[in-house]
Amino acid sequence: MTLLGSSTPQQKLGAQPVAELRDVTRVYTMGETEVRALDGISHAFQHGEYWSIMGSSGSGKSTLLNILGCIDRPTAGDYFVRGRGVADLDDDELSELRGRELGFVFQSYNLIPQLDVLENIMVPVLYLDDVPPEAEDRARSLAERVGLIDRLDHRPAQLSGGQQQRVAIARALINDPALILADEATGNLDTRTAEEILELFDELHEEGKTILLVTHEEEVGRRAEKTLRLRDGRVAEVGENR
Amino acid sequence: MRSSRLLRALRLGVGSLLLHKLRSTLTTLGVLFGVASVIAMLAVAEGASEQAQEQIRQLGSTNVILRSVKPPEDLVSNQETRVLAYGLTREDLERIRGTYPGLRAVVPVLDTPQEVRYLEHVCSPHVQCVPPEYLEVTGRVLHAGRFLAAADERAYAQVCVLSYEIARYLFPFEPALGKRVKIGADYFEVVGVTIGRVPIGQIHIDPGQEVAGDVFLPLATGRKIFGERQVRVRSGTMDITEVELHEIIVGVRETVDVPFIAAACRAMLASEHPRKDYEVVVPLELLIRERETKRIFSIVLGSIAGISLLVGGIGIMNVMLATVTERTREIGVRRALGAKRRHIVSQFLIETIVLSGAGGLAGVALGLAVPWWIEYKSGMRTIVTPQAPLLAFAISVGTGVIFGLYPAWRAASMDPVEALRHE
Repeated sequence: MTLLGSSTPQQKLGAQPVAELRDVTRVYTMGETEVRALDGISHAFQHGEYWSIMGSSGSGKSTLLNILGCIDRPTAGDYFVRGRGVADLDDDELSELRGRELGFVFQSYNLIPQLDVLENIMVPVLYLDDVPPEAEDRARSLAERVGLIDRLDHRPAQLSGGQQQRVAIARALINDPALILADEATGNLDTRTAEEILELFDELHEEGKTILLVTHEEEVGRRAEKTLRLRDGRVAEVGENR
Repeated sequence: MRSSRLLRALRLGVGSLLLHKLRSTLTTLGVLFGVASVIAMLAVAEGASEQAQEQIRQLGSTNVILRSVKPPEDLVSNQETRVLAYGLTREDLERIRGTYPGLRAVVPVLDTPQEVRYLEHVCSPHVQCVPPEYLEVTGRVLHAGRFLAAADERAYAQVCVLSYEIARYLFPFEPALGKRVKIGADYFEVVGVTIGRVPIGQIHIDPGQEVAGDVFLPLATGRKIFGERQVRVRSGTMDITEVELHEIIVGVRETVDVPFIAAACRAMLASEHPRKDYEVVVPLELLIRERETKRIFSIVLGSIAGISLLVGGIGIMNVMLATVTERTREIGVRRALGAKRRHIVSQFLIETIVLSGAGGLAGVALGLAVPWWIEYKSGMRTIVTPQAPLLAFAISVGTGVIFGLYPAWRAASMDPVEALRHE
């Protein structure tokens, strides 16, 4: 697990990609038929990059996101997070990797209803094998960072959509992950709130975080530095947005 | 750190359960009634058994009691006056005294059905003519004054000893000692009061109601005055029975000898009394039988308790399975955020333990209240042994764990991808 530490020399040099897909294929078997959701994708995401992953529905976006988020494994090929392959990890190690290295932001926020804001932000910390003692201070400063310091004891149901998504972003940042994965993060929000969330992502990008934004909205996708376009489970286009 | 984690897990468990207050409460009720009924039933059974054992113990567990029994009447006569002689004889008494070693005492008892009266108070207690050793052999305890003495026997003294109930009934507002009561047609001085069969605190004296109790006279005096004929007038016929001794209490020195002495008495009486006009009561045997009954009773109660807790457990499992399905998405989110399988298992297990534990605690409270209420209302004796609430509570929590394992395992083995997609 020490390999996963956030300050290996290689990473400081920027020589090693934060996340790397090597010939990743994912096949679903539905009864008799086989569906190739991903078909030999190879790609590397470097430290500090801001990517959008786009594609129409059925293009393999969600499957790719699941693989990148380590909640699913490739049928063939391998996926590396900070140089560590996921293929040979068992369920517990994979869970630890998700908690430490990946921050999820979902379309429908997915906060835990019975927990307040502070507790929600701290959920990924509590599942780590060793809980850092300063976790609560960090959670507070993150709440301040996303502008919710005066709502710490509110339940999700007492917050607006935009506020809930800010809590989710703070939750994604709590363990200082290698990669932030946002899945249609603005899909449930009105234009103005969506804009606020995207501005927050811009700021995080400026602070040096690595962000992957999965979306089907062209406008949202263009906010990222670079865009990876999928079609039928393959990379159709890799482009820069500026 | 570890304890604060557990505390937080508990708090979160309670929090999740409070999201569905009605559902959680109803589930808890299942366990609550299971636990409460177990404790209450055990308390009532224990009380009843203790009472029975106490009664047997009062007979004296080292005693063998021989009693005269009216034999089955061989002819139905319409004679107005019948004399029926039966039962134990003085010869039997001497034979027992002379034959068996290892006896503490052999005490004859002669009953005489007389009315006992003091001023306007009249009652018909169990009037027994007994020698002084009676007190020691039966283990009865003096409350005041003295018991009958050997000197009373020699002098044919007209003295008597009342049991506490009778003393209270005849002398509600004054001490009984030194007063003279009328037994039959003669006057007897009260020299002592024994503690009754019923503990003093539980005696309720109702002036209008007949009391049960004992009056003891010296054997010699009783035999001289009342004789061995007991006359009872009943619906126009006069029943006269002649019984030399109503009871012979054989006090055995060592408990281990009791079965042998009992067997010897049975054999001796069987050969001497072909009419079967006697019975042999061995309190020790009754005690053993009573314990056996209690054991069977406990097994039956245990099975009922097991079934009720099983029902409660199934209720818990049902609710937890519904909860797991309902929270599939939450489970997916938690897994995505780094929760390992064991975290999910412990989360749901803690919730079931909180459910069953809360039910168990409330059940213990109710289970303690019910016997108290029964005792208060009906005067029935109940005993809550310290193990009963502990055991019932432990079983309820154990039920929670056992029936919570499967739902928790189901939750933990969900595919995170599927769980996240769940609406």
